[in-house]
Amino acid sequence: MKKLSARRRHPLAAVVVLLLALLFSGGLYAVFAPTSKAEADETAQSLTIEEGKKLYAVGCASCHGTGGQGTSDGPSLVGVGAASVDFQVGTGRMPAATSQGPQVPKKKNIYSQAEIDQLAAYIASLGAGPAIPTKEQYGPAGADIAEGGELFRTNCAQCHNFTGKGGALTHGKYAPDLEGVSPKHIYEAMQTGPQNMPSFPDTTLSEENKKDIIAYLDAVNSSKSESPGGLELGGLGPVSEGLFGWIFGLGGLIAVAVWVAARTAKAKKS
Amino acid sequence: MSSQDIPEENLPAEQQSAGHDEHGAVGVPDDKHPFADPGLPPHEHRIQDVDERAAKRSERAVALMFTVSMLATVAFIASFVAIPVDKSVYIFPLGTISALNFALGLTLGIALFCIGAGAVHWARTLMSDVEIADERHPIEADPETREKVFADFKQGAKESALGRRKLIRNTMFGALTLVPLSGVVLLRDLGPLPEDKLRHTLWSKGKLLVNMNTDEPLRPSDVAVGSLTFAKPQGLEEHDHDFQNEIAKAALMIVRIQPEDIKDKRELEWSHEGIVAYSKICTHVGCPISLYEQQTHHVLCPCHQSTFDLSDGARVIFGPAGHALPQLRIGVNDEGYLEALGDFEEPVGPAFWERG
Amino acid sequence: MSTAQTRRKAPAGERVADWADGRLGIYSLAKANMRKIFPDHWSFMLGEICLYSFIIIILTGVYLTLFFHPSMNEVEYHGSYIPLQGQLMSEAFASTLDISFDVRGGLLIRQIHHWAAIIFLAGMFVHMMRVFFTGAFRKPREINWLFGFLLFVLGMFTGFTGYSLPDDLLSGTGVRFTQGAILSVPIVGTYISMFLFGGEFPGTDFVARFYSIHILLLPGIMLGLVVGHLILVFYHKHTQFAGPGRTNKNVVGMPLLPVYMAKAGGFFFLVFGVIAAIAGIATVNPIWVLGPYRPDQVSTGAQPDWYMGFAEGLVRAMPGWEINFWGHTLVLGVFIPLVLFGLFLAIIALYPFIESWVTGDKREHHILDRPRNAPTRTAFGVAWVTGYIIMLIGGGNDIVATHFHLSINAVTWFVRIGFFAGPVIAFVITKRICLGLQRRDKEKVLHGRESGIIKRLPHGEFIEVHEPLSQEQMYTLTAHHQYEPVEIGPTVDENGVERKVKGSEKLRAKLSDAYYGEGAQIPKPTAEEYREITSGHGHH
Repeated sequence: MKKLSARRRHPLAAVVVLLLALLFSGGLYAVFAPTSKAEADETAQSLTIEEGKKLYAVGCASCHGTGGQGTSDGPSLVGVGAASVDFQVGTGRMPAATSQGPQVPKKKNIYSQAEIDQLAAYIASLGAGPAIPTKEQYGPAGADIAEGGELFRTNCAQCHNFTGKGGALTHGKYAPDLEGVSPKHIYEAMQTGPQNMPSFPDTTLSEENKKDIIAYLDAVNSSKSESPGGLELGGLGPVSEGLFGWIFGLGGLIAVAVWVAARTAKAKKS
Repeated sequence: MSSQDIPEENLPAEQQSAGHDEHGAVGVPDDKHPFADPGLPPHEHRIQDVDERAAKRSERAVALMFTVSMLATVAFIASFVAIPVDKSVYIFPLGTISALNFALGLTLGIALFCIGAGAVHWARTLMSDVEIADERHPIEADPETREKVFADFKQGAKESALGRRKLIRNTMFGALTLVPLSGVVLLRDLGPLPEDKLRHTLWSKGKLLVNMNTDEPLRPSDVAVGSLTFAKPQGLEEHDHDFQNEIAKAALMIVRIQPEDIKDKRELEWSHEGIVAYSKICTHVGCPISLYEQQTHHVLCPCHQSTFDLSDGARVIFGPAGHALPQLRIGVNDEGYLEALGDFEEPVGPAFWERG
Repeated sequence: MSTAQTRRKAPAGERVADWADGRLGIYSLAKANMRKIFPDHWSFMLGEICLYSFIIIILTGVYLTLFFHPSMNEVEYHGSYIPLQGQLMSEAFASTLDISFDVRGGLLIRQIHHWAAIIFLAGMFVHMMRVFFTGAFRKPREINWLFGFLLFVLGMFTGFTGYSLPDDLLSGTGVRFTQGAILSVPIVGTYISMFLFGGEFPGTDFVARFYSIHILLLPGIMLGLVVGHLILVFYHKHTQFAGPGRTNKNVVGMPLLPVYMAKAGGFFFLVFGVIAAIAGIATVNPIWVLGPYRPDQVSTGAQPDWYMGFAEGLVRAMPGWEINFWGHTLVLGVFIPLVLFGLFLAIIALYPFIESWVTGDKREHHILDRPRNAPTRTAFGVAWVTGYIIMLIGGGNDIVATHFHLSINAVTWFVRIGFFAGPVIAFVITKRICLGLQRRDKEKVLHGRESGIIKRLPHGEFIEVHEPLSQEQMYTLTAHHQYEPVEIGPTVDENGVERKVKGSEKLRAKLSDAYYGEGAQIPKPTAEEYREITSGHGHH
C-alpha cells in the first residue's frame, strides 16, 4: 500500500490511471455491449414497426381498425402474433377482398417478404403472440416421416384428407389442398389456426411433432412425391377411381365392343 | 388359288339363307304389322371376299398383331427380370411412378390386347360373315309330355306312400326342420353377448387426460382457446393388446371455449374453465368426428356430415346423427392435471336398440 | 383290333374326340351348339365384359391369396415403404404393403384385381340396364334376370368385403360404418355386431372372417350363378332387335364356330388387355397413403367404392331421426336407409313380374323392344336410374362440394329433395321424349325421311324432298307390338248378379291404362294411312 501511495504522484500516474480508466470503460462496454446492441436493434425494430404501421394503415386498417383493435369487418389483431401475419399475408389470404364467400381463399401474395416482416413486427408489437418460426423448427433435418404420417392422420387428415388434398367443411367452407404450401406456412398454420382451422400450439402438438408432419407432407404431397401405382387421380379415393373406372375402363371396353360387333365394310356394289 | 376359297364357301350358304328360309320371306301385312317383313336382305360381300389383295392385307394384319403380342410377352419377362422392384421413373403425365408396374402393365396389356385384336380382326374380315337364321323352339313342353310328367309324378308319389302314411311324413318333416338347428347353435361362439359392453369405456374417476400426440398428461394451461387436442385415458398405450377396441370408445376431443360462449348449462358445469371434453366417436355410425371449426365451434363428421355444436352441448345441427356427442365430465387434480370425473354417462358411438 | 386296322387310323384329333364322346357324349352336345347362332350387337357384349372381368378377378385373386395374410395380429412395419417405417399395423395391412412394394408384379396384379372389380360392377349395372330398357327380361327370361340381379348384389358385397381386407384407414372406416349400421337394427343389432366381429369393434377377427366370405362363400355362389346364367342364355338363345327376316321364331347372326368363338374369345383378351394396361397406368386404392386402420383416426373424403356409393348417399341424405321409448332406441336415421337400400334394389328386380302382371302377356318374347316403344317402362327405368345417380352424388357430396365450390349442406339438401323429385321429373320427361320419338317414327314411315334437298316448285313454294323408306325400314319401324289396356271384365254376370270387383283387378286395370291407354302410346301407322298418303300427292 505504501508503495502505491508513494507512487501516486509519479508523473506517469495520470497516464496509468487514464489507461486503467480506458480499460475499465472498455471492459464495461464489453460487458454491456449486448444491451447497447439490443438498444440499437430496438431502434431498428422500432423503425421496422413504424414501416409496418404505415403498411398496415394502407392495407389492413380499413377492416382491422387503425390500431388493430378490429371492426365489424375484421377481427382484432391484438395478440395474434407475427406467425399469423406471416401466414395470412404470405399466402395472399390477407388483405382479403371486401366481399368474401364463406372463406377467404389463398391467392397471389402482393407483399415482399421484407414488407410482410414489417407488418408482422407491427402486429407483434400490439400484443404477444407466436413468432415466425425459424428454419430449424420446420426444416426437414431429423424429422421422422412415419411418425409424421401417424400424427397427420390423427390431427389433420379428418379435414385435409390422407395426403393433404383438402376436403369440405360446413356451408361452403373447406380445408385447402396442402400441395405447394411452404413448410414455414404449414408450421404457422398449425401454430396459429387461421380462419376456422383450430390451432395446434406446442402444448398440443410439440415442435418435434410439427416438424414430422411437415416432413410427411413433403414425402406424400409435393411435386416430387411418388405415386407408384400410376396416375394418382387426384388422390381423392374411390370417387375419382369410380369415375375413371366408368369412363376409361367401361367406356373403353364398350368402344372396343362396338368395334367387335360392327359390320365390316362391304365391297362397293358395281 | 386360295383366293377363290372364301367367296366360294360363302355363296352356297348365302343362297340358302338370303331371304328364302321359311320365316324370313313372309310378306303378308296384317293388323299388327302394316308393312310386310321382306325377309333377310341378301348378303353383300366384303372387300376381303372379292379382293384377294385385301384379304392378304387382313391376313398380314392379323399375323402382325399376334407377333406384336409375342414380342410384348418377351418384353414383359424382360422387364420383370431387369427392372428393380423399387425403381421409380417420371413419366408424363402420370407422374413419378413405379417403373416395374408401368412396364409390366403396359406389356401385359399389349400382349393380351393384340391377341384379342388379331382374333377379332380375323373374324371380322376373313371368316364368313353370312348371317344365318336359326330356328327357335318353344320352351314349353307339349301337352302330352306334360301329361306324362304329371302321371309319373303321381305314380311315384303313390308308390312312396307319402300321402297315406302320415306318420312318416310328419316325422320326416320334423327331423328335417330340426337338424339345421345344430348348425345355428354352432354359430353361438362367434362372439360374446353384448351385455353392457357398449356402455362402458376406459374412463373412470381420476384418470388423467393424456395428449395423444405427446403422450403427456394435459394441464389446463396446455389447452388454448381455438386449439384442438385429442386425448386418451392414462395407461392406454398403442402397443396394448386391446388398444384398438378401447380407443374406439375412449377417444376424446378437447377444445376450450370462452365460458361465456357456452350456451348449455350442463356443458359448462362439466367443463373446466371452458375446457370441454367430448367423445371423438360420432353418434351416427361411429366415425372419429373431429372437423372442428374453431370460429363457429361446429364439428363436422367427414363420413356423413353430421354437424354438432360444441358450444351448445354438442347437439346435432345437421346431418343424420340422432343425438348429441357424449360429454366427459372433467376437473383438475391436486397436481394440476386434467382428470376425468367418471365414465361417460351414456354409451358413446352409434345408437343401438338397448341404448334407451 | 381288327376293326381299328381295317378302318385305317383316324387323325389324332378325331381319335381323342371319339374317346371323349364315348365317355361324355360330347357329339350330341356339339351338334346342338357348335354352329349355334349369336346375333351381333355391341350391347349384347356388355354381359361378356362382366363375365371376363369376373374371370380376371378370380385369376388375379388366386394370385393375391398366395401373398396376403388375413390376420389382424399387430406387427411393426419394416418393409420398403419409407413413410410407414416402424408403424404398428395388422399383418393384413403389412402383407398388402409387401404385395405392393416387395413382390415383383404384385402391385400390378393388385391393381388389375381392383380395377377389374370396379369395371365388373359397372359392367353389370350397364348390362342390367340394357336388358331392362330393351325388355329382354320378359318371358322366358325372368329367372335369368333374377340370376343377373343376384350376381349384381352379391358382386357388391364381394367387392365390399374385398375392399375391407387390407385393413387400411379408408376401408376400416367403411367397416366401422357397417358396424354402426348393424347396430341400428332393432332388437338383434347388437347381437349380430358382436357375433360378426367376435366382440366389440374392431376386435381381431373380422379380416379373417371377411376373407373367407370374400374368397370362398360369395364367389362360390357367384360362380354357380354365372354358370346358371350362361346355361340359360344358351338354352333360351339370344334375343335380337327387330329387323327384316328377324322374327320371334328365329335368331339371326353368326355361328359359334368360328365367328363367335373368335370374337368372344378375342374379346376376353381385349378386356384383359385393357384392364392390365389401366392397372399399369392408373393407381387404385393406394393403401400405403391411407395408412393402417385405427378407430380414432379418419380422413375426409371417406367413400366406399362406387357400387356402394348409392347406399352411402342414402345414409348421408337421411335426417337424424331417433325414437326413444320404454328404454329402447329406434335408430331410424340409420335403419331407414338400410331398409331403403334393399327396397330400392328390390323394385328393379321385381319389375319384370309387375309388368307381366299388368300386360297379362303369357307369350315368349325374343324380339327386343326399342326403349321408345315401351314408354312407361322406359320412363320407369330412367326414373330409377335417376334416383340411383342422385344417391350416388349424395354419396360423394363432399367431393362435389369442394370441386364445384358449393356448400356441402346445399348439396345434401339438393340430394334430399332430388331423391323424391328427380325420378318424378325424369319419368315425365322420358315418357314425353319416347312419345315424341314414336311420333317421329310414324312420320318417317308415312312421309319418308327428310333428304335435306330443298326444291322450289314452279309456283315458288319451297319444299323439302322426302325420300320414302325402304320396305325393310318400314317393317323395322312398325314391327313392335302395341298392347291394349286391359278392361275390368263385366261386373254383372249372365244372371244379372253383380259380382265383386277385386281391388287388385281395379289396380291392374288402372296400371294397364297408364301403360297403354290413350296418350301413353302413339298408334302405329296403318297400311290405309300409308296408302292414302302415298297414293295422293307425291310429297308431304
